[in-house]
Amino acid sequence: MEKPLTQHIRADRQPLTLKEYEMAGGYQSLRKVIKAMTPKAVIDLVKESNLRGRGGAGFNTGLKWSFVPADSTTPKYLIANADEMEPGTFKDRILLECTPHQLIEGMILASYAIGANISYIYLRWAYKTAAHALTKALEEAKAAGYLGQNILGSGFNLEMHLHTGAGRYMCGEETALLNSLEGKRATPRAKPPFPQISGLFGRPTIVNNVETLCCLPHILMNGPDWFKDLSRTSDAGTKIYGVSGRVKKPGAWELPMGITMRELIEEYAGGMQDGLRFRGALPGGASTDFLVEEHLDVKLDYTSVAAAGSRLGTGTLVILDDKTCPVGFVKNLEHFFAQESCGYCTPCREGLPWVEKILESIDLGKGRMEDLQLLAFHTKYLGPGNTFCAFAPGAMEPLQSALKYFREDFEKHIHEKVCPYERETLSVLR
Amino acid sequence: MLTTEEKNEIDHAISLVPVRKAAGIDALKIVQEHRRWISDESLRDIAAYMDMSPEELDSVATFYNLIFRKPVGRHIILLCDSISCWVMGYENILQDLSTKLGIKYGETTTDGRYTLLPNCCLGTCDCAPALMIDDDLYRNLTTDQLDYILAKYD
Ligand SMILES: Cc1cc2nc3c(=O)[nH]c(=O)nc-3n(C[C@H](O)[C@H](O)[C@H](O)COP(=O)(O)O)c2cc1C
Ligand code: SF4
Ligand code: FES
Repeated sequence: MEKPLTQHIRADRQPLTLKEYEMAGGYQSLRKVIKAMTPKAVIDLVKESNLRGRGGAGFNTGLKWSFVPADSTTPKYLIANADEMEPGTFKDRILLECTPHQLIEGMILASYAIGANISYIYLRWAYKTAAHALTKALEEAKAAGYLGQNILGSGFNLEMHLHTGAGRYMCGEETALLNSLEGKRATPRAKPPFPQISGLFGRPTIVNNVETLCCLPHILMNGPDWFKDLSRTSDAGTKIYGVSGRVKKPGAWELPMGITMRELIEEYAGGMQDGLRFRGALPGGASTDFLVEEHLDVKLDYTSVAAAGSRLGTGTLVILDDKTCPVGFVKNLEHFFAQESCGYCTPCREGLPWVEKILESIDLGKGRMEDLQLLAFHTKYLGPGNTFCAFAPGAMEPLQSALKYFREDFEKHIHEKVCPYERETLSVLR
Repeated sequence: MLTTEEKNEIDHAISLVPVRKAAGIDALKIVQEHRRWISDESLRDIAAYMDMSPEELDSVATFYNLIFRKPVGRHIILLCDSISCWVMGYENILQDLSTKLGIKYGETTTDGRYTLLPNCCLGTCDCAPALMIDDDLYRNLTTDQLDYILAKYD
């Protein structure tokens, strides 16, 4: 089984040095492309490879790049989205910490394709180890002539800077990220204009996820057909999948796109912990709909997970077991969303704290049956089209699916006036 | 008054962006690195240096979770309170920490040693529960490790 993104990661998880990366074939793709391919040819090849954005939305990467005006002479920007703050997600961290040069090479290739001469890595504050690894790798790449003026004698110039955030989930949303890089509050922007036309400082900008960018050196080295063949389905490539929750061996693995949820949980995560049963999973972070037992054989790719009523999102599963309260689970998620709402539009700013309060009262055994209608109302009222950005609809995904799949749990809390799960209720000082 | 060292670091951040204001968040982080938190006075000084009004800079400062506009202790404990850590029982860690330190979220110990804050997902969910103290990450936490961890900082 090929694992292009992670095969060279060291057992001790120390970052690959420039030497080690080059020994493993690193920067060969850049050498090949920058000599022999036009930017347009790079875009076309990536489009043909069917690489879909790993940041969650799954948009075709080459297609997204093709919207950048090719003839304009204004400065353009390429940004690596390394803000990874989606609860339950820990995949980009591995790539950032262990193979920083792979990201840098991917970013140079992407910048070359769209004609960007300045690029930023937007890294979340908490990733200190990654910050060290990237700082060192950037110095090495600069000294070796992979960054700077006239890269490898091609006439192409590229500056690359590391920018660390100040902690806010919204910074991961691409237009909010742009505002944050401009020194503003991380509230999203209206689209259109799309960032590809008017992004950072009003210039054409591409924002790509870390994992997306790390695929590029391999695609351009080995070709679109090789990339498609890595996958078991029509969505190309490998994917870094993860599992957290009460399984025997939580972790992350690079696997062919399209393995099933059952294989991932049973073969890689070692199955559920003894005495626990699988009840459901968020397939791609906090803002995705639950999948349940009947979905265990769903292939974890963008198309199949969407057909099952959820989203692949980040591909890192959070597992709900049968001894954990689904109401408490969803309350934790909605607390997160209520806290992290940027506050720009009313339904989200006011609706989410209300949702959290309702869930809290149900969890404490003080709920009423009407509360379930109120929650259902919110899933529509904060749904797609009613708020300024995708944050609030994302927040409603686990709630709406929990109301569907775990309805009896909600009702039991209300009827029995107590949480039926034996979780120690803590007198936590809040 | 910003120190020369602070100004030099801010100037470097400004040199990386085409618009001065774009380095506003960096300036806040730089000063916070030196002074641990951003007082009203610091805020006014930074704003003047960045050609911003204090109000404009404060609207930015208060937006971000890790810019502290109130005094904090010598060490910041960020406890992950997101979903995987909840499933794995972070609330037990919280209760023990709170009892040991005698503080709630948002408070600082009387000796000024620790400030305890909740933080969303630290991106290490396969090793939940997790917390950070300053730049150090602790994973797969159990309550019996807390004394050992807390003793490392003074
Ligand atoms: C609220 C919110 C948070 C997001 N956070 C992230 C993030 O942390 N990292 C990321 O790569 N994409 C995140 N995204 C998706 C980005 O907006 C964007 O689609 C992505 O970075 C594009 O990269 P890709 O095409 O390579 O996937 C987020 C989206 C939303 C709505
Ligand atoms: S939906 Fe929420 S996060 Fe998005 S703009 Fe509105 S308030 Fe901000
Ligand atoms: S949920 Fe705690 S580290 Fe991700």
